[in-house]
Amino acid sequence: MIETVRLTAEEAMGLVERGEVSGAELHRAYLDAIAERDGELHSYLRTVEEPGGDGVPIAFKDLISTRGVETTAGSKILSGYVPVYDATVATRCKDARLTLLGKTNMDEFAMGSSTENSGFGPTRNPWDPTRVPGGSSGGSAAAVAAGLAPWALGSDTGGSVKQPASLCGVVGLRPTYGTVSRYGIVAFASSLDQIGPMTKTVRDCALLYRIVAGRDPCDTTTVGLPQPVKIPEREDLKGVRIGVPRELNEAEGIEPGVKELTERTIGLCGELGAEVGETSLPRSVEFGLPCYYLVAPAEASSNLARYDGVRYGIRVEGEGGVRAMYDRTRDAGFGDEPKRRIMLGTYALSAGYYEAYYGQAQKVRTVIADEHAAAFRDFDVLVSPTSPTVAFELGAKTSNPLAMYLSDVLTIPSNMAGLPGLSIPCGLSDGLPVGFQLIGPQFSENTLFHVGHALERAIGFDFVPGRLR
Amino acid sequence: MAISRDEVLRVARLARLELTEDEVERFTEQLSAILEAVAKVSELDLSEVEPTAHPLELVNAWAEDEPRPSISVEDALANAPDREAGFFKVPPA
Repeated sequence: MIETVRLTAEEAMGLVERGEVSGAELHRAYLDAIAERDGELHSYLRTVEEPGGDGVPIAFKDLISTRGVETTAGSKILSGYVPVYDATVATRCKDARLTLLGKTNMDEFAMGSSTENSGFGPTRNPWDPTRVPGGSSGGSAAAVAAGLAPWALGSDTGGSVKQPASLCGVVGLRPTYGTVSRYGIVAFASSLDQIGPMTKTVRDCALLYRIVAGRDPCDTTTVGLPQPVKIPEREDLKGVRIGVPRELNEAEGIEPGVKELTERTIGLCGELGAEVGETSLPRSVEFGLPCYYLVAPAEASSNLARYDGVRYGIRVEGEGGVRAMYDRTRDAGFGDEPKRRIMLGTYALSAGYYEAYYGQAQKVRTVIADEHAAAFRDFDVLVSPTSPTVAFELGAKTSNPLAMYLSDVLTIPSNMAGLPGLSIPCGLSDGLPVGFQLIGPQFSENTLFHVGHALERAIGFDFVPGRLR
Repeated sequence: MAISRDEVLRVARLARLELTEDEVERFTEQLSAILEAVAKVSELDLSEVEPTAHPLELVNAWAEDEPRPSISVEDALANAPDREAGFFKVPPA
């Protein structure tokens, strides 16, 4: 009997390499754990019986195309869609002998911060099933936290890896834009979407990033890594300059428990030898959210135009010609959030409004990138809470889209600048995990892994949810 | 800034969405609130700032002009709701 709840991917790899357990046995053990515990959580939309490899298992967010395995992006409009090719990240995982456990639940088209926008029902938080796991990669986060996958891939546009990692007490990396291929990923906002690892430890995160990162000829927006991925070992922070941006740490809505743990973790950085100083991102936080909610919906309105009942997914038959079929199919297939964002994006791009909204938002994006670049002249890493709050109750924000959008207020600014961000758990507030966000310059993943690993060791957070211990 | 019911209907038409009466009402209210929040970007004077469309400074990613396998017609049509003689089939316009 393999106990999956505490097993890290690195430990699982060790078991397989030493021949103590076969890949197939591991795969079986996780499927058994899923059968036992996922009825309550609903972190998976579907599982895969046959391992298809002899290595360690992995779970994919359901917007990663998997040949022969249904891929819906959490949307009814893609019900029954079975890709005829693999996304590049899926191919890379196969090449690394990883076995696919299944596809995890998500907010429809990755639009949301709670996984309640899934077309197939919400996922629940393993720490407290009355609460959300965050989103949009809530299924991947919950699966890893509950020991239903040793590790998983999610995707992050405005915070969809970092925020659920924070709410579920796991590690999540949003990589530098362009370092992980988007080929075969169901597109949301193409200038922001990035695939990222969700894991129990920072070392696992680095190991998975090493598997999936690198230039892909099938995605011309990818670049090669300037240096190889280093699996972190150092446990001190000597020589690391850590900046604390005021606006990210004093933003309205940060819960006292979150603030306290963040401050304690910043203190720990100093104790580990880092130089810690205050810095400022004067306009990035205040203008980041409005900028994001123009750029991302604009891109989404274009990307989601392809769902028209012609080539894949559902079609709603009825009266009238092809045009009526498009409109009917899209109204039936999309949930409220994609509709809102398609409408918002279409409006922002329409004649007469383009310059005032989309054009202006693109300029704000430059301002945000410049402010971060200025901060990185004095600091190697910027830190803040990942999410202003711990996991909230199901239904708490579903009727107010703007309140839900605020969940990503601290993750969005660095995303707009294409910067990598790592969220690590830094403790519990009222029994619920709090995430600590580390932001670095482009291509600084190795630094983030180093700092994240050193902090992880010093914090000693137990990633197994209390009710599963 | 509020969006009118007529504008919601116009945008829905552009976006190819046949909204129900209930959705028109709900979205008119919600989109007005969201637009008011995002209109904040207009507070800044950015006349001297260049726009950013993409976070990396990439110019022309070239590939060798070499043939490689692509998906078959059969695979391309595999997920189609309707098909005929190697084509996607749609209702007449």
